[in-house]
Amino acid sequence: MSDQSTGSGGAPEERVPAMQRLLDNPFLLLFMGVASPAVLYLIWGVMELSQIPLSP
Amino acid sequence: MAVDTQAPSRGFIGASYRTCPETGLKVCSQAEALIKVNAVVAVVFLAVGGLFGLMVALTRWPAVHLLPADWFYLLLTAHGADVLLFWIVFFEVAVLYFASAIILNCRLAAPKFAWLAFVLMVVGAVLANIAVLQGESSVMFTSYVPMQAAPHFYLGLIVFAVGTLIAVFCFFGTLVIAKEEGSYEGSVPLVTFGAITAAIIAVFTLASGAIILIPTFLWSVGYISHIDPLMYKIIWWGMGHSSQQINVSAQVAIWYAVAAMLLGAKPLSEKVSRMAFLMYILFLQLASAHHLLVEPGVSSEWKIFNTSYALYLAVLGSMIHGMSIPGAMEAAQRRNGFNNGMFEWLRKAPWSNPAFSGTVLSIVIFGFLGGITGVIMGTEQLNLIMHNTLYVPGHFHATVVGGTTLAFMAITYLLVPLIFRREIVFKKIAQWQPYVFGAGIAGISLFMMGAGTLGVARRHWDIGFADAAMSFDYPATAFLMMGLNGIAAICAALGGLMFVLVVVASVFFGKQRTAESIAAFPTLPKTGSAETVTSYGSESHVKLPGTIVLVSVFFVAFVLYYYVNWKYLSEVWPLS
Repeated sequence: MSDQSTGSGGAPEERVPAMQRLLDNPFLLLFMGVASPAVLYLIWGVMELSQIPLSP
Repeated sequence: MAVDTQAPSRGFIGASYRTCPETGLKVCSQAEALIKVNAVVAVVFLAVGGLFGLMVALTRWPAVHLLPADWFYLLLTAHGADVLLFWIVFFEVAVLYFASAIILNCRLAAPKFAWLAFVLMVVGAVLANIAVLQGESSVMFTSYVPMQAAPHFYLGLIVFAVGTLIAVFCFFGTLVIAKEEGSYEGSVPLVTFGAITAAIIAVFTLASGAIILIPTFLWSVGYISHIDPLMYKIIWWGMGHSSQQINVSAQVAIWYAVAAMLLGAKPLSEKVSRMAFLMYILFLQLASAHHLLVEPGVSSEWKIFNTSYALYLAVLGSMIHGMSIPGAMEAAQRRNGFNNGMFEWLRKAPWSNPAFSGTVLSIVIFGFLGGITGVIMGTEQLNLIMHNTLYVPGHFHATVVGGTTLAFMAITYLLVPLIFRREIVFKKIAQWQPYVFGAGIAGISLFMMGAGTLGVARRHWDIGFADAAMSFDYPATAFLMMGLNGIAAICAALGGLMFVLVVVASVFFGKQRTAESIAAFPTLPKTGSAETVTSYGSESHVKLPGTIVLVSVFFVAFVLYYYVNWKYLSEVWPLS
């Protein structure tokens, strides 16, 4: 795969790697940074607590 | 350089700017004013909370035992809220505005909302303090239910959190403005990326706080009959521990900033440092689970995944920063001509500059005392030997005070001349301040962890159990540790007082910076530059023998301490 594409002015533009595009998008990072602990810590933890039976 | 470059000029949609004569940065006047007020209020809460902390430490010193029990718990609550939350978060908001509007050379987004955020934060913090000082909210920082505080305690925290959330979104809005106005090209500078990491963690933190504190407030006024204690704990720690991860991200960003401004240090690899911050974004907040490692209601899978597998990835991020920043310093110093032997770069570093010494001490205390012990506490089996002992506050005094507070103090010595445009007064006191404060905090951390290892409980007014129905004797060494902790607390309080004295005197009575004083006493030495902070780029120097030795010492200490604790566990809990 070519690392370069042609820009509108005909000048070659450097292709930005996918990881750099991710790191350059603060709102995608915000989504990931909230989703990860929300699922792995909060939701998983709350689901486990909610399965504890109530004492009679 | 002409002083009139500091005069404000009008820019896009009425925003006014001045050009900093020292850094050449375009400074948005609204951002500058908000940085100032947030930093000043932060220092006020540091002074008040620090005084409360000294009184708590003197009470824990058995020979002094300063306060009666009710005052001990009252001031312990106020100490936690004022320094762990209000000092840190007010300063972090100042850091967010600095890392966005100032470093990116653009106007601050929605300044009216930023002022609203500031007012809400002040009102919330004052309200929570009033509630605690009235004596009916001595529930400590964690405020575990079924202990109940006065309704305005929870309301104060909620209002504070709402204000902080607005400030965080002003930060994100400023990033959008900078991108749209083209004030930078390509990727944001690494320091700003660190601030983005802090802001992202802040959003999760504040959301968790809202989820649990709003129903707890309703419970305190009688609209809800019951809050499940374990449910409270799990969600509260999503806020309580994650708020400390905001600190970690902000302090690491400051480490990079100070190294760049004073030495001209660039990260060894921009990409690797950004990946390390990404590890924080994805995994650092999961460390909250270590507070629930002895709770029977959650499974070992949940505990071990969050505190071991996921946390270790965040620790990997910290270790990358821990190698990258000293490495960047060494590379910059060698580029600046300090090439002899293995450690000339370190010996000839600007140790008399409190911004530099504070940063280095912050890295060392955070890494050796806070970082290693955090991994120990996050290991489910090892956690059993120190859970809920004084080891825990020993650990977080190394991270939050030795790491974050010292880093914030360090950059304040640069912010006072650059943002407040005042000379630092009492320069000799300023020179010694990081060493006095660092020594005190390192002592507090070590002695509390020592006492905790001997089983001394945290949050306990009297380790002698004088009035208890059932007596219990801790080893005599535990009493020695608590006495040494008291002495270390006095040392730290002295360092804190020196900081407040220098900063308050400089801001309110220091001489205005002029072209002559800037030329005579430049804030940024010739070796450093603001351009390094605001640009993207990695260090090209690759031979770093000194850093390799320092990092090796860290790893040896890490491995030894890890196995010492397993040995200790095997003795506490013998298997036949």
